[in-house]
Amino acid sequence: MNKTPKMQNPREVYGRALVELGKLNPNIVVLEADLGKSTMSCYFEEAFPDRFFEMGIAEANMASFAAGLSLTGKIPFINSFAVFTSGRAYDQIRQAISIPALNVKIVGSSAGLSDFGDGATHQAIEDLAIMRAIPNMTVLAPADSIETKKMVEKMVEYKGPVYLRINRDDMPDLFPPHQEYEIGKAYMYRDGSDAVVFANGIMVWRALAAAQILEEEGISVRVVNVSCLKPVPDKQIRQMADSMKGIVTAEEHTLIGGLADVITYTLRGTGVPIETIGIKDCFGQSASSYDEILEHYGLTARHIADAVMTVLG
Amino acid sequence: MNDKKAGSDSRNNKQPPQISSEKIKYLQDVARKLRLNIVRMVSIGRKGHLGGSCSAADVAAALYFHKMKHDPKNPHWAKRDRFILSKGHAALAQYAALCESGYFPQEELDNLKKLGGMLQGHPDMTKTPGVEANTGSLGQGISIAAGMAAGLKIDGNTTSRIYCILGCGELAEGQVWEAAMAASFYKLDNLVAILDLNNVQATGPRKERFDTDPLVEKWQAFGWHVMEIDGHNMSEILEALDAADLIKGKPTIIIAKTVKGKGISFAEHNAAFHNGMLTEEQYKQAIAEISGE
Repeated sequence: MNKTPKMQNPREVYGRALVELGKLNPNIVVLEADLGKSTMSCYFEEAFPDRFFEMGIAEANMASFAAGLSLTGKIPFINSFAVFTSGRAYDQIRQAISIPALNVKIVGSSAGLSDFGDGATHQAIEDLAIMRAIPNMTVLAPADSIETKKMVEKMVEYKGPVYLRINRDDMPDLFPPHQEYEIGKAYMYRDGSDAVVFANGIMVWRALAAAQILEEEGISVRVVNVSCLKPVPDKQIRQMADSMKGIVTAEEHTLIGGLADVITYTLRGTGVPIETIGIKDCFGQSASSYDEILEHYGLTARHIADAVMTVLG
Repeated sequence: MNDKKAGSDSRNNKQPPQISSEKIKYLQDVARKLRLNIVRMVSIGRKGHLGGSCSAADVAAALYFHKMKHDPKNPHWAKRDRFILSKGHAALAQYAALCESGYFPQEELDNLKKLGGMLQGHPDMTKTPGVEANTGSLGQGISIAAGMAAGLKIDGNTTSRIYCILGCGELAEGQVWEAAMAASFYKLDNLVAILDLNNVQATGPRKERFDTDPLVEKWQAFGWHVMEIDGHNMSEILEALDAADLIKGKPTIIIAKTVKGKGISFAEHNAAFHNGMLTEEQYKQAIAEISGE
């Protein structure tokens, strides 16, 4: 592992990726609900004004309108903050997009607690649970910008609805640049023999930091990026948990319906101790920094390291 | 009709064809057949959305048997016109029209809402040939229709049009107005909405339950070209649909004044038959009345 990885902003990388893909594929169209300078769909607007739709602050119509565009062969990406794409447009995503499995890509930006200043109304802590519960939906939560870009490329190739969760903050590059990304796969970033941490999003980097701390104490920790929450890479998860003495999950999301549920369900019956790091069924709140709010909700490397110690008894 | 515009047909640059009395009679006959099949689908002792299906039957007949370019043998023909039933609960009217057009055999009508059947309670594009989208969660069909209209414009398809039937109770959905704003902002003149203004929603008269008036002024204010017609007068329906071809730079809505349960005396204007059940006696009476016996 590179000790000082490059930092990149996943929104920025996403916005640039859309433009690159838009050059190759004339069917890509992008819809926005007045947050284009934050989701970075603004780059696509500049490059392809005729294939960009500013829908106003009207997420419900944006989602159904995208369904209509997809019915004429377009590949629409709808953009807003994750709370709004997953929440405000939930019924539209369920009814018009997911029942007939239309080829609409739903992007939830500034997800998790990353919009730390705006408070509970703008912090998506349950978007993955909402999207995971919808049949036909693919759910992705990348751990860095490289993975984000690779996912966007695969989303264009894949036919059907996909939800992509994007963080607001800069993230360290972790995904091997030359490794092909596949939807439905998990990626091991560090091997270990005592315990495994299954993480996604910003918690992958923190899990790697936790593994570093624990190594100094003689504990060997495997870290796996489970960025695809649906379809669940269940075979890989079982393999990677095999022979481990303890399992920890780590996510920037409520413990209900996200990674903790994926892992505990997938590993049911194995009898291996599991601890879960995540948001404990409560809403967020405003904070003065991202680190401060993550500390408050127990989403740090130290919390992960403590959980590993707990499962190992 | 309030707004009769003279001029050339925008699509083929010819005068709108004269509508013969034979054509009118033929379409009235089709509408009668659609209503008979709506009643057949509801059948005896089973719930079905009779009222709102019968009110939309004349418009459905005019669209599927006169106005729309479509090919039952090639439902995905790229140059077809598209029909979206935003008031998805009136699926029976669309199923009757699709069946009569030849998209699927008559026997399917007896399998409405049966497990594994192709005719769901609300339109499902994955199950029923000729259905273009999944609708039924109200307010969404008009947005889908607008998106399709925008998609055709990107493709440079200037000949296909999108027709979308809205319900009047549906107008309470805020999304209808989001879609209305988007359609006018993007100048979707290939989109024609038809408001099935039967004035009765599930729990009673629209104006008593939740008054959404004034309708003409609202749609105009949202940037639409508005026409008002008698939605059971076939000549007015056809003239309005032709007139909509001429409107440029904005979407059109045809406000079709209709009667809930049209053609069945005991169901007319009656909220009880929004999603009601027919007794054997009522079933026979409905068939007799529609048949003109």
